[in-house]
Amino acid sequence: MNTAYLRLENITKSFPGVLANSGINLSVEKGEIHALLGENGAGKSTLMKILYGYYQQDSGSIYIEGNLVDIRTPTDAMRCGIGMVFQNFMLIPAFSVIENIALAVQKQGQMIQSQELADRIRDTAACYNLSVEPEAKVWELSIGEQQRVEILRLLFTGSRILIFDEPTSVLTPQEVEGFFEIARKLSSDGYCILFITHKLREVMALADRITVLRKGTVVNTALRQDVTESDLAYMLVGKPTIESIESDQLQEPVSQDVTLEFHDVFASGERGRSGLQGVSFTLQEREILGVAGVAGNGQTELGEVVLGLRPCSQGRIVLHGQDLTNRSTAKILEAPVAYIPEDPLQTGVAPGLSVLENMVLHKRDSQRGWRGLVMDWKEIRAKIELNVERFGLTLPNLDRPVITLSGGNIQRVVFVRELACQPRLTVAFHPTFGLDIAATKLAHELFLTSRSQGSALLLISEDLDELFALSDRIMVMHAGSVAGIVNPKTTQPFEVGLLMTGGATT
Amino acid sequence: MEMLALVRNNRVIDVLRMTGMMALAFIAVGLLLLSFGKNPIEAYGEIFKGSLGSTYGLSEVVVKMIPLMLCAVATAIPARMGLLNVGAEGQLHIGAMWATWGALTLGEWPKEILLPTLVLLGFLGGAVFAFIPAFFRVKAGVNETICTLLLNYVAILIVEHMVHGSWKDPMSFNWPFTREFSDAARLAFYGNTRIHTGLWFALGAIVLFYLALKRTRWGYELRIIGDNAEAARRAGIPINRYIILTLCIGGGLAGLAGMAEVCAIQGRLRPGISTGFGYTGFLVSWLALHNPLKIILMAFLLGVLSLGGDMIQISLELPYAIVNILMALIFFIVLGRLAAGRKEY
Amino acid sequence: MIGIIESILTGAVRSGTPILYGTLGEILTERAGIVNLGVEGSMVTGACVAFITTAETQDPVLGVIMGALAGGLASLIHAFMVVTLRANQIASGLALMFLCLGVTSFIGRPYVGVRITGIQTLTIPGLSDIPFLGRIMFEHDVLVYLAYLSAPLMWWFLFRTRWGLYIRAVGENKLVAFAMGVRVQVLQYSVIGIGGVFSGLGGAHLSLAYTQSWVEAMTAGRGFVAVALTIFATWHPLRGVLGAVFLAQPLLSASRFRPRGSMCPPTIFICCHMC
Repeated sequence: MNTAYLRLENITKSFPGVLANSGINLSVEKGEIHALLGENGAGKSTLMKILYGYYQQDSGSIYIEGNLVDIRTPTDAMRCGIGMVFQNFMLIPAFSVIENIALAVQKQGQMIQSQELADRIRDTAACYNLSVEPEAKVWELSIGEQQRVEILRLLFTGSRILIFDEPTSVLTPQEVEGFFEIARKLSSDGYCILFITHKLREVMALADRITVLRKGTVVNTALRQDVTESDLAYMLVGKPTIESIESDQLQEPVSQDVTLEFHDVFASGERGRSGLQGVSFTLQEREILGVAGVAGNGQTELGEVVLGLRPCSQGRIVLHGQDLTNRSTAKILEAPVAYIPEDPLQTGVAPGLSVLENMVLHKRDSQRGWRGLVMDWKEIRAKIELNVERFGLTLPNLDRPVITLSGGNIQRVVFVRELACQPRLTVAFHPTFGLDIAATKLAHELFLTSRSQGSALLLISEDLDELFALSDRIMVMHAGSVAGIVNPKTTQPFEVGLLMTGGATT
Repeated sequence: MEMLALVRNNRVIDVLRMTGMMALAFIAVGLLLLSFGKNPIEAYGEIFKGSLGSTYGLSEVVVKMIPLMLCAVATAIPARMGLLNVGAEGQLHIGAMWATWGALTLGEWPKEILLPTLVLLGFLGGAVFAFIPAFFRVKAGVNETICTLLLNYVAILIVEHMVHGSWKDPMSFNWPFTREFSDAARLAFYGNTRIHTGLWFALGAIVLFYLALKRTRWGYELRIIGDNAEAARRAGIPINRYIILTLCIGGGLAGLAGMAEVCAIQGRLRPGISTGFGYTGFLVSWLALHNPLKIILMAFLLGVLSLGGDMIQISLELPYAIVNILMALIFFIVLGRLAAGRKEY
Repeated sequence: MIGIIESILTGAVRSGTPILYGTLGEILTERAGIVNLGVEGSMVTGACVAFITTAETQDPVLGVIMGALAGGLASLIHAFMVVTLRANQIASGLALMFLCLGVTSFIGRPYVGVRITGIQTLTIPGLSDIPFLGRIMFEHDVLVYLAYLSAPLMWWFLFRTRWGLYIRAVGENKLVAFAMGVRVQVLQYSVIGIGGVFSGLGGAHLSLAYTQSWVEAMTAGRGFVAVALTIFATWHPLRGVLGAVFLAQPLLSASRFRPRGSMCPPTIFICCHMC
């Protein structure tokens, strides 16, 4: 135990309302490749950010080669030889590779010896198959090459422990293979490698040892040869923990009327992501279709295309028999379509305005044209109070600015606003992300109420428990296309996990 | 009830703090005056006596308030959605120029038709001139601040080109100004004062702006964009349309101020029709936090200072610059306070 | 014909100097992610303080130094507003301009119409004998040479030194720079201050060499032209030189030969290009 190169002992960290890490122990040998496996919110990123000095643990200690170290800032971590490659690379796109590396290599004279540095970069790169042109600007490089620049930078700053946050999430399969080779070479030279992931196949292909985290605690640490892929999938997901919802609502028959149809839809993705690559599906009235997938596989783009926020380059989107392909957002929302954003404070409300004013943000029914020009706030207030009553909710004072509300209350404002228009379709992006248990439960109840009133729901979420508890069907996205649509009642979570990670369908 | 009392209390503290900070600006300028051997108390006394101490002074303050209020609204409307229009000065000049064109070429028309035409021309001139930065902002993402700022110089140059050139009054002994407008092209004065009917444009603009903000979907959507543009986009609000609309309406109002200056006060177009009304109006808008009703109050305050600045030039031979320094310091204080307020979130 | 072109270009090099100083300062500042519309203010402060100092001490060298320092000090107000208080950059720059115009108009009033012996032309022997180019480039005052030498120096500083790298990193992405151990706030303060010194030098050239007199608000929008040129030059010091020589001239002609008014189009041209 004490021979471990890096040892984390009893790390605990809580954020307001969330226990992110609870008594975590972890040890990494010299030259070991160690995978940290867990779902979103399992606490793996938090743990690594503590190690890198981004956060500070509430309690617990970190030892390197048996010595207790005190890491308060990233600079401290670097001094201890710990380096991290974030999911969003910390590179400056307008700079050349040399400049990006020179930025991190401190105190080597006031002049930048480009030529000398370029030679050193080439030497190191040759050593580890990190081939990259030192003179090139970072924006010209592929994502895989950018990752190599990040790795080079860590090597240049003398890091011995390399942390990778989801290193393969944005890479192509070929680049993934290249990354594996680099990682193996580094480990054989004595570097410790810690990588965060939720892709089972990669864990099996690369890791020497695996630690599975769930809900802030270590489920298990195992050597790779001792476990199978399905063992890991089971450990990863665990048993559904959300209480099952009253059965009468769930057993309500799904209507046969089609609400939403996607015909072979293509759309471009956000910076290097896959976007949508020919997605087809139908969504019935009174149906909740869960959309599962590892972040960046097209789920967000799917929702944005429905709402007209992202142009659809090919294919057709039909809502209740009406072609809505590439119509304006205002037109689509009028259908009416409800929209629950993932981070309301950033994208769903105007924080400086009052609750009342935020309640009518989306133009709907009679609010367009001259007829809707004059805002009768008294009438609006009365209407809203009625709606709030209908949902059996208590809302905070309508005159308070939204910024002064708690996260749960902001989400509640959005829910009432969106569901009050009696939508035919609701698009929800990670609706309960960051909410506490009570608020999550309320959100789920509201979804079911809205469904029993005739709305169809497209539920995009990374929380498998939630998807299994609520969905009538679950659609799994991988690399911009539909990897499969399954019935949650007859499917095990780990099977969905396999589909998400590009594993074989059974 | 407790909440209400608390809010009111906060507001009182707020007003007190604001007054205290403004007092700081006055003290700073007072020290500057002292260090140059001038008596600050005398100077301040003169500023306020000259503007507030007589009916004539008060009426002149109102005369100053007219363009100030219009230019302030021209700044405030785009500011409500987060755009910085520093071009009221230029828009005012172009508005004045278009109105001048009308007055010079259509001067024979009866007053009832001519005046509304001139009002329209003044508004259109400013609006068209403000369309330039709006267009570049929408099409190429050009920063509207620098664009409007530079266009001010362009506008002034264009006006000077006209009054030195084809519009020059042949009877002017080579002075750069146009012929005097016909009576039909003049706005009426009230009583013995120089307060003119342009006052109603200014007050009307403020009231309309107030009502639009409070009562209409336009004002509501404007505030949404200003508060969270991304949420507005996702709610389907056409942001680009609002950029063009607000800048053009603002420009039009500033143009109206220019029209009023040439058709009432000056009676002809000449360089220097504006003594920095556009810039002072910008300041008024920021001091009022782009709030329509407060604009009246702040326009009064800066109108007093501005007129007082004119007065001390004559009576104490102190430069007008004193007032500019005072205004700039107050501006700094408001900016600092705004930033501090934002940090509390 | 050659003679006319020669004298036009000589004039362009000379009259472009204050704008070039302003542009170089603004390039430096904007490279660190700060927009300073107060260039106009720093410039007018530099012009005023340089003139007053020279008028009082008869020493133009001291005047230039004081002018540069005054420009730098003035811009530190902007630094405090935007770096420490995080106020709106654009609005704060405008406020700085208003303040400086006001203060200089007040303290400079007794000096309007005062005559001074400003900075004299320093013809560079030998080089000035080169036909055509000699007169255009080598018959100016020291501040002109300094300005045009500063441009390549600044290019070298920004693109070849560690500090330049830090400055550009802060401008590109503050968070990355911070994560790499750059002290962002200290750097931004210094850069804004140095940018102000450049503007101050530009002002000093204006009042001590170009006009050799002081008039209220004598910079007449040169500071804003400098900001526009910064964008036109795509934040590159050497392109800034081109802009200052070839675009500043039409604008200034426009203000000098006002009665003709025929120089409006180039001004509009600048505006459009800046966009």
